[in-house]
Amino acid sequence: MDRKQVIEKFAPIIALYTQEKEVLANLSEETDFLNDLKINSANIVDIILDAEEAFDIEIDDDSAEQMLTVGAAIDIILKQQQA
Amino acid sequence: MEVKKINDVDLLLPVKLALPYRKPFLFVDEFLSLTEDGASGSYTFREDEFFYAGHFPDRPVTPGVILTETMAQIGLVGLGIFLTKAYLQEAVAPFAFTDSTVDYLLPVFPGEKVLVRSEKVYFRFGKLRCKVEMLNAKQEVVCRGTLSGMILNPGKHG
Repeated sequence: MDRKQVIEKFAPIIALYTQEKEVLANLSEETDFLNDLKINSANIVDIILDAEEAFDIEIDDDSAEQMLTVGAAIDIILKQQQA
Repeated sequence: MEVKKINDVDLLLPVKLALPYRKPFLFVDEFLSLTEDGASGSYTFREDEFFYAGHFPDRPVTPGVILTETMAQIGLVGLGIFLTKAYLQEAVAPFAFTDSTVDYLLPVFPGEKVLVRSEKVYFRFGKLRCKVEMLNAKQEVVCRGTLSGMILNPGKHG
């Protein structure tokens, strides 16, 4: 899986937890979950749990804390897929 | 790895005392069980609870939002305190209510005793989600739903 494939599969998960349609339409690696997508930490937990299921991976506490942007999330998803 | 099944009756009172709520917004009389998988407890709505005067004049009935609060205090916060062993600490870490979906099936009138029981869905990254139900003295379900909360500044747990 490359970064583009990850983001294509990841975007619909993010869409479930944000009202920021415009930001979502222009999603980039720099998009910040809290500041751009207005997703609170409780919903970031749900995104992580959904991503674990969708990508069949396990994300630990330290990785979860680093998931502040879409790019950071892709890094972690790809790393865990190779683990 | 701890494999011992924990349901320590000695913790029922410490967990209650560690709850951050006080009258008139404490809706827990006692915890009945606390395990890794869920909590149960009871509360009797006093005839003179502050909200009955306005909800509603001449026909008091417990507001749904108070039933939800009661389910959260027993089923979610009580379980969270148990799971994080917060009862051992001087000051309990703040616990923020993050979401709830509740169906209300029957009214609860002044003087009624209710039983709340919760079942953990998950506790990860500091967020606890539970399925919770409330029963009246006739064992009828008065409300049920899914509640979640998040421990702010979580340590290494969950």
